[in-house]
Amino acid sequence: MQRSIVDSYQLRNDFPIFRRKINGKDLVYLDNASTTQKPYSVIDSITDFYSNYNSNIHRAVYQLAEEATKLYEQSREKIAKFINVRPEEIIFTRNTTESINLIAYSWARPELKKGDIVAITELEHHSNIVPWQILSQEIGTRLEYVGIDESGFLDLEHMIELLASKRVKLLSLSHMSNVLGTIVPIERIIKVAHEYDVPVLVDGAQSVPHMPVDVNNMGCDFLVFSAHKMLGPTGVGVLYAKKEYLDTMIPFMGGGDMIKEVFKFHTNYNEVPYKFEAGTPNIADVVGFGAAIEYLEKIGMENIRKHEIVLTEYALESMLALKHVTVYGPRDPKYRGGVISFNIADIHPHDLATIMNEHGIAIRSGHHCAQVLMQRLDVPATSRASFYIYNTKEEIDRFVNAIKDAGRIFKI
Amino acid sequence: MSDDIYREIILDHYRNPRNKGKLENADVTVHDSNPLCGDEIDIHLKVDDGVISDVKFEGKGCAISQASASMLTELVMGKNLNIVKDLKKEDILENIGLTNLGPARIKCALLSLKVLKVGMVKYYTESDPKSAEQIRNESSFY
Repeated sequence: MQRSIVDSYQLRNDFPIFRRKINGKDLVYLDNASTTQKPYSVIDSITDFYSNYNSNIHRAVYQLAEEATKLYEQSREKIAKFINVRPEEIIFTRNTTESINLIAYSWARPELKKGDIVAITELEHHSNIVPWQILSQEIGTRLEYVGIDESGFLDLEHMIELLASKRVKLLSLSHMSNVLGTIVPIERIIKVAHEYDVPVLVDGAQSVPHMPVDVNNMGCDFLVFSAHKMLGPTGVGVLYAKKEYLDTMIPFMGGGDMIKEVFKFHTNYNEVPYKFEAGTPNIADVVGFGAAIEYLEKIGMENIRKHEIVLTEYALESMLALKHVTVYGPRDPKYRGGVISFNIADIHPHDLATIMNEHGIAIRSGHHCAQVLMQRLDVPATSRASFYIYNTKEEIDRFVNAIKDAGRIFKI
Repeated sequence: MSDDIYREIILDHYRNPRNKGKLENADVTVHDSNPLCGDEIDIHLKVDDGVISDVKFEGKGCAISQASASMLTELVMGKNLNIVKDLKKEDILENIGLTNLGPARIKCALLSLKVLKVGMVKYYTESDPKSAEQIRNESSFY
């Protein structure tokens, strides 16, 4: 068993929420795939912005506005550096969902034609399914799914077959499944897709917060992720796209800040990234996101990944030692993130989550916005525990004890 | 508290649901689901002379939603529609013995009542539009 070099016990002091009691017990927060907790540095940076810098960005010439603009753009630079791209290739949106919708609207809609295929996978979150269904209805593109095997790995042969059909005009897939934790061999996939001239959109909502992601190495055409799943505030998403795409893509929304010159009947648009950031953006939360990136970098993404491998290995071992526990997805922590979907005998996930809550433990239950995957697994719902830097082995022990208690209550 | 929720009777109705299945020649069949949980319930009703002469349900979901549906079928079997149409959420919660559920789980407990009420609306729409409207208004908050 490996040891983690992240000192979770020490880190927890940075997160005010861990002072909370739930049902008289210390909170064990295991819903990190959904959203993560926020350290003081993030919360304080937002307070600091509103207290000392609050003003609108990009227009006014007074000092306050200049400072606010600088803070906002510094966040963009931090994030660009974090995933190894240029700052002008970072677009701020509201969340991952909006980023995918932006690509569907501003790139795919004008670019794709009737009969063209958008290929996704059975692992996808609804946010990487529904926009493509809407596109199909609007312009007649076809949606195809790359299948998965029983362990939750992608059927890469099927993917290559699809790519070889020459009809695929976009491959859009998650880097890490939000249900099974499967980490897909993204670099290999992108390399193959590019051999067939197919651009690749990577949904990094689950991977970017939990492991090193270097776009330059990966070579993807688009990458999307959310601040709130990586210690940052809600309401900030990121769209990375190669500059050559951004230059030719049509605007997503029209309005202030995305313009260069507006005339009575036409407009010259601003340059990227501003062309895609119409209206006053979520300035304070973008600044807060910058603080989150700093916090993560201080720990180091390699260390975070290692910490989660240790926790996942420990949790899987403890869970599988119990009777009646079914775990979905890959068994080897090397091929999965710290997301464990499971079921216990005939206990419905919502009942389990209710019992867990009694123990002060927050887990997710349901379809996890991945109903296509649930249909593929042939289960109506699963329970899901997902980890982050502040989780400890002791918390996993409490979680496993709560599973045992559920077994007692349900008399299994 | 979990021990209070998942009492013997709830587990029994969850694992051995009463009146579960399809109903041939049903007068009314209604389906609904809870998008949050994915709980699903279908209720089939046979009505003779204003009395529920047979009722069956199909469904999948948590112990609370399924046990509540099972117990609801027992509650309304053979009852006059006049009584059934006036059932309130408090009656259901009392029927299943769960009166202090949180807001997320109360939806599970009330899904079958919601389906039954929609069934009533469907049944009355042609014969008695006024009652249909009344039931619809009264049960809109479920």
